Amino acid sequence: MTDTSVYTFGLDTFGDRNAAASGTPLSHAQTIRNVVEEGVFAEQAGVDFFGIGEHHTDYFPMPAGDVALAAIAARTSRIRLGSAVTVLSSDDPVRVFQRYSTLNAISSGRAEVILGRGSSIESFPLFGYDLADYEKLFDEKATLFAELLKGGPVTWEGKTRPALLNQDVVPHTESGPIPTWIGVGGNPESVIRAARLGFGLALAIIGGNPARFAPYSELFRRALEKFGRGPLPVLMHAPGHVAATDEQAKAEFWPRYRDIFTLVAAERGFANPTVDRFDWESGPDGALFVGSPETVARKIATNLRALGATRFDLKYGMPGMTHDSLLTGIELYGREVIPRVRELLATQTVAV
Amino acid sequence: METRQRQDRYPDSKRGRLGILGAGHIGPVVARLALGAGYPVDIAASGDPEDIALITELIVPGARPRWASDAAADADIVILAIPLHRFLDVDPGLLSGKLVVDAMNYWPASDGRLPLFEDSLSEDGAFEDGAGTSSEIVARRLAGSTVVKALNHIGYHELEDQARPAGAQDRKAAGVAGDDPGAVEVIARLVDQIGYDPARVGGLAAGRILQPGGPVFGVTLNLPEFERVVQEHTRSLT
Repeated sequence: MTDTSVYTFGLDTFGDRNAAASGTPLSHAQTIRNVVEEGVFAEQAGVDFFGIGEHHTDYFPMPAGDVALAAIAARTSRIRLGSAVTVLSSDDPVRVFQRYSTLNAISSGRAEVILGRGSSIESFPLFGYDLADYEKLFDEKATLFAELLKGGPVTWEGKTRPALLNQDVVPHTESGPIPTWIGVGGNPESVIRAARLGFGLALAIIGGNPARFAPYSELFRRALEKFGRGPLPVLMHAPGHVAATDEQAKAEFWPRYRDIFTLVAAERGFANPTVDRFDWESGPDGALFVGSPETVARKIATNLRALGATRFDLKYGMPGMTHDSLLTGIELYGREVIPRVRELLATQTVAV
Repeated sequence: METRQRQDRYPDSKRGRLGILGAGHIGPVVARLALGAGYPVDIAASGDPEDIALITELIVPGARPRWASDAAADADIVILAIPLHRFLDVDPGLLSGKLVVDAMNYWPASDGRLPLFEDSLSEDGAFEDGAGTSSEIVARRLAGSTVVKALNHIGYHELEDQARPAGAQDRKAAGVAGDDPGAVEVIARLVDQIGYDPARVGGLAAGRILQPGGPVFGVTLNLPEFERVVQEHTRSLT
């Protein structure tokens, strides 16, 4: 038997705008209240982590996820809470640190941060940043964030925000640095950066065969060695939905997935999603975790092993789904998928 | 006559050395596919090859990490696999006399706007008939090089998963556009050898069909489907 206590399982949302059973969209405000309920319910269902990804659109009305996380923190005691992701390039690292160390205080040490770009680009024009500066902004701000995490006065100078001279940044954390990850979507140079700064590696996998990222985990381990750092964890994030049967999960997920990707395709100028591709992505080799608890659990276990990852975060739901179907998905994920993945990982040979 | 000379200048039966500029999303994927097809590959990022030594060893084993200038100088085919805004920092002299594959995209919705490329798109970000394509703008900047547009319209998530050997029933097509027929043939062969049926769509101006907003951007189709979609699209514009 393998010790599976090392594995943790999370849920992520982008504040996907809910709909009523009739299909009528719910308000942004009701969606946010529902996200808080989903976070509280995730703890009851046995989920280890609840993450909220920053977005600024009508279908993902969730620009201030840390406020929602604080509301969840006040009503829970065990589940860890974090961003998934914080768009650091268009934010101020000092403010991000302050918001998440406040969340860490409210939750008695349960806060995490995942830094990245995400698939969202709306924050750049909104806050007056040029997307062409993305790399420079991210690199400099992530470096400052690593300094802030150490605690104690910070001295720092760069081009993207005013310098800090022996600046005490509050609130101080009680239990050391907030666990921080960098979200990576396939760029190996970002893997090197995560290792250099001493952040966990969050592999955000939204298409194609997740197993192809296995060399990235190895790259991360080797880069940590090169930078003289101890081991740090790898997490895998992927979208999906759990329902009683494969058919039901697909029937609830596909029309909403199709709608949102059709909308995004029109906005960004790429071709509409096809049902054939969706079926492939939902199958054993793809990146969508849509299906029954058994189907999803097998796929998670296979991919955690392939990637040498110890955490899996399911980005659950899609805009236009009902709060009820999301709650059912959360319950199945917590009560059936997670125990089943642990069972599969414990009883089968771990090949990393 | 000129075509013939150029064909002689390019590797014909043998697989020439690829110099891939860019070790981010698309560069390593193309490098792996090309290595698998028997091409020798050099790969370069913006700085010291030492910075990408680990990436090369683990993500593109078999390739050589190089300085960009060395990778370009030794290459028979240079592949531009960098964000378009970084292209503006590339010294055109490095690529002079080279066959260059433009695998980049002007994609404001994903990467932000660039003034130099604004006229390759219409106001609402869709491509517009009659405006210059991004590859024509690239080619004007690289006046001493021969530019072919390819490997830009299939997402890096899919490019590797969907590669198939010639003749496979589920093989997909990948577009190739260029003004120099000899150069187009060399790149069509490369596309074929790394796993796709080459779809020759015409010159760099016709390459707009491969751009963001075009009918095959971000989608993988087999060759008959690809040709049908391109024809339908062309008809819809007339």
